[in-house]
Amino acid sequence: MRNWLKKVAQYTVVSAAVLGFTASAQAADTIKVGVLHSLSGTMAISETTLKDTVLMMVEEQNKKGGLLGKKLEAVVVDPASNWPLFAEKTRELIEKEKVDVIFGCWTSVSRKSVLPVIEELNGLLFYPVQYEGEESSKNVFYTGAAPNQQAIPAVDYLMNEVGVKRWVLAGTDYVYPRTTNKILEAYLKAKGVKQKDIMINYTPFGHSDWQSIVSDIKKFGSAGKKTGVVSTINGDANVPFYKELGNQGISAENIPVVAFSVGEEELSGIDTKPLVGHLAAWNYFMSVDNKENEAFIKSWQEFIKDKKRVTNDPMEATVIGFNMWAKAVAKAKTTDTDKVEQAMIGIKVPNMTGGTAEMLPNHHLTKPVLIGEIQENGQFETVWQTDGTVPGDAWSDFLPGSKDVVSDWVKLKCGNYNTKTKKCSGQNYK
Amino acid sequence: MQRLFSIQNILLFSLILFSSFTVAVESNPVDSGEILSETVATANFENSISLFTEKGFKKKIIAVETLATVDDSRVLGVFKAMMTNKLYFVKEDKQVVFLEKNDESIKVSDVISNEILDITSKSKLKKISVNNKLRRLLRGYIATLSIKSTDDDVRAAAVRQIMKNINENSYALLVKLVETEQNETIFKDAQVGISLWELNSADKQKKLTAIAHLTDSLLPEVKTKLESIALPDADGNFLESDEFVRAKAKSALVKINDRVAYYGVLENVVFGLSLGSVLLLIAIGLAITFGVMGVINMAHGELMMIGAYTAYVVQQIMPNYIGASIFVAMPLAFLVAGAFGVAIERLVIRFMYGRPLETLLATFGISLILQQMVRVIFGPTNQAVETPPFMSGSLEFNPVFAITYNRLYIFVFSIMVLIALILILKKTRLGLQVRAVSQNRSIAKAMGVRSEWVDALTFGLGAGIAGLAGVALSQLTNVGPNLGQAYIIDSFMVVVFGGVGNLWGTLVAAMSLGVINKFLEPWAGAVMAKILALIFIILFIQKRPRGLFPQKGRAAES
Repeated sequence: MRNWLKKVAQYTVVSAAVLGFTASAQAADTIKVGVLHSLSGTMAISETTLKDTVLMMVEEQNKKGGLLGKKLEAVVVDPASNWPLFAEKTRELIEKEKVDVIFGCWTSVSRKSVLPVIEELNGLLFYPVQYEGEESSKNVFYTGAAPNQQAIPAVDYLMNEVGVKRWVLAGTDYVYPRTTNKILEAYLKAKGVKQKDIMINYTPFGHSDWQSIVSDIKKFGSAGKKTGVVSTINGDANVPFYKELGNQGISAENIPVVAFSVGEEELSGIDTKPLVGHLAAWNYFMSVDNKENEAFIKSWQEFIKDKKRVTNDPMEATVIGFNMWAKAVAKAKTTDTDKVEQAMIGIKVPNMTGGTAEMLPNHHLTKPVLIGEIQENGQFETVWQTDGTVPGDAWSDFLPGSKDVVSDWVKLKCGNYNTKTKKCSGQNYK
Repeated sequence: MQRLFSIQNILLFSLILFSSFTVAVESNPVDSGEILSETVATANFENSISLFTEKGFKKKIIAVETLATVDDSRVLGVFKAMMTNKLYFVKEDKQVVFLEKNDESIKVSDVISNEILDITSKSKLKKISVNNKLRRLLRGYIATLSIKSTDDDVRAAAVRQIMKNINENSYALLVKLVETEQNETIFKDAQVGISLWELNSADKQKKLTAIAHLTDSLLPEVKTKLESIALPDADGNFLESDEFVRAKAKSALVKINDRVAYYGVLENVVFGLSLGSVLLLIAIGLAITFGVMGVINMAHGELMMIGAYTAYVVQQIMPNYIGASIFVAMPLAFLVAGAFGVAIERLVIRFMYGRPLETLLATFGISLILQQMVRVIFGPTNQAVETPPFMSGSLEFNPVFAITYNRLYIFVFSIMVLIALILILKKTRLGLQVRAVSQNRSIAKAMGVRSEWVDALTFGLGAGIAGLAGVALSQLTNVGPNLGQAYIIDSFMVVVFGGVGNLWGTLVAAMSLGVINKFLEPWAGAVMAKILALIFIILFIQKRPRGLFPQKGRAAES
């Protein structure tokens, strides 16, 4: 009899729980988080990791009880490294899936493809990768580094700490390296570097035969002045580039290479012996000794079930972006784009390097800049870092067209206000 | 005693600090060493070693500089260990130790006494890390310390290193060396170093002899130095007042520049042939499947990818024999990729002979399937394939001309593959049957050739060679799911250019495309060079649609 009662009680509890669960599911009251990262094609190599990062963040947020009393639900799509497809998938996410926010894009060209759609449909995009600047949209938050948070400090480091006098600007032939190098060239000239001491070189995507270029760099570097290479070489082309450097006997002591696109993830696919001592400039290194970072690495490796998986800078930017968004939604008490956008500005969350990231009125972040030397184990050893954080500047001060342009989404309500003509040129970017 | 020691230490530090300033100004390790050894008698091996456990690179620089002043046979070992990341200290008591790693176990020995310590876990140790500044400093000290070595190679390397930063002290070292040096190349190198310094002297005769000595050297330092004498500086003033010396320096410079230009051309040819050999390797497999069988195989690149992943897996299985793993990987990659090839032919392509468009689409689909398969098994990220020691570095002929070993081996390898393939086609029974089937399928069948079996084997052979190319590519570029895509266009380009169905044509096409590309590159840039090469091929195909060496006779008509 007693047993029987117990059983009844158990069934009631279970069925009540099941009913309750279905009730909450039926209400379909979830906050949808769109994930727009390539899972196939050339960019899959970098972007898949970011997709997993967002999924991890969603899971963690749900463990904490979700947001506004609702659970989060990730909607993953695959734009397949196909730039126009990024625009289509954005439309699909907002119109069909009705997502409240999108985390996505890696290359600048994919972001440029998404831009008109996200502005038309008034969506919200968090972009987590370092980029060339010259943009500030109401609907986009840029959680990666602007040029003044990566490229310029790196050049300063080479110039002042290493004593570099001759410069090689090597990059892949597309918008990010071209714009960055334009800014750097203007900056170097402003610092008194002569044209003959600057060598600029572009190579196609996935370039694999670096013999001539490395030999040219070697010749350029043997003119008696300390030479440094600033590399905006992207993705896959880096491995053969560094291999060739090693084989032709260019060591970091003679000609240091500072890279803006080589992080822990890329290094984990390279035999790092010939690279030791070469540099990279980022806002985060996995090797940074810090409690926040340690916890982050631990939860990531547990989530991905791989003790050897590394973390990198765009992942940190994704996490910061996600935490900020969650905070802003909680503050605005809604997921409405306009309200969240306004709530975002001024939000502060801790970054993984012991400082604080603050969202500025120009939709960029404050970030510390770290320069690291590659170690044999594929990690970076920080050799230099800025005191405190550097505020991101959307419009470079070193390009003639963008010098006078500012972005302020609080007072001016404009992403490209020209201080000379006193005009806001709206959302058309060149 | 304690107090005295600390005072000593303070004195030591301030002196070192002072000397490190002179280093910063002159960036000249030997100089500072000299100053220190004269003034500080207190720095001995034991107390300088303890400085290495300090945190921060600036403190470590001081530690290295202090130790360099100590005249002790153990110093060189410490510097070398530090340079190669073998210098650690015990976290608990800050005892500085050497760490030797063998496979799984570690051997820890004390730096001072050289006694082996009972430490089995690396977690108890902390590495004494180095940065570029330290490495440069260490290299200088190691060179000055090892110049008296009895080993010719060590001494040669030391002389080379010293010459990069010649100053009064290193000059004295070289002069001393020259007196007793027996080895001719080292003698010559040292002589160049001496002359480089003597160019600074006030004695005109000395300068002229120095210039005469330097005329034969291609070292970049020599060129820069002569330029500073012969040519006016930015303001139009000459550093050298004597006109005769200037003229001599100028004529020496002209000679050097001529030789540099000559080697520049030679270098371009070598680079071109090396690029050509890679093109050849990726195209030979296709020359079989596309050229001989007429199958447009878009999955050719992915077969290379499979070969490269085979190399990766083999390295994972035998991580301690990186050098040998390449030789295991080659036949294995041939078999694995070949098996994939046979499977593709049997399962898909054999239903589509004579329908090139459908074959193209089907093989393109296969290529996507294979890519995604690799992503599922190995993940989307690149995999690290280590380069064996014998394939790293370069074969140096002189300071301006060197060939990297990996390129050299790949060149030889691709030629060997070509020869082997030609022998198979010309000298074996299988080759005879392949040629028969490709020329006239029905007559070959009538003669009793099992044409289906021949088709499968031919496709397998082409795929296997793609696998071999993959092993070679794993030494040059990324091993990742996208490896194949990067090369597929190039390989088709070579086969079409060379003439479909002609292996010699493939060879000539690959080599000439490589050389053309490399001569265009310095002049037009890498992006433009590629475009120009493509335009050239388009124009060429307009004129000669069947490529460089078209097939003649009846076979060409079918």
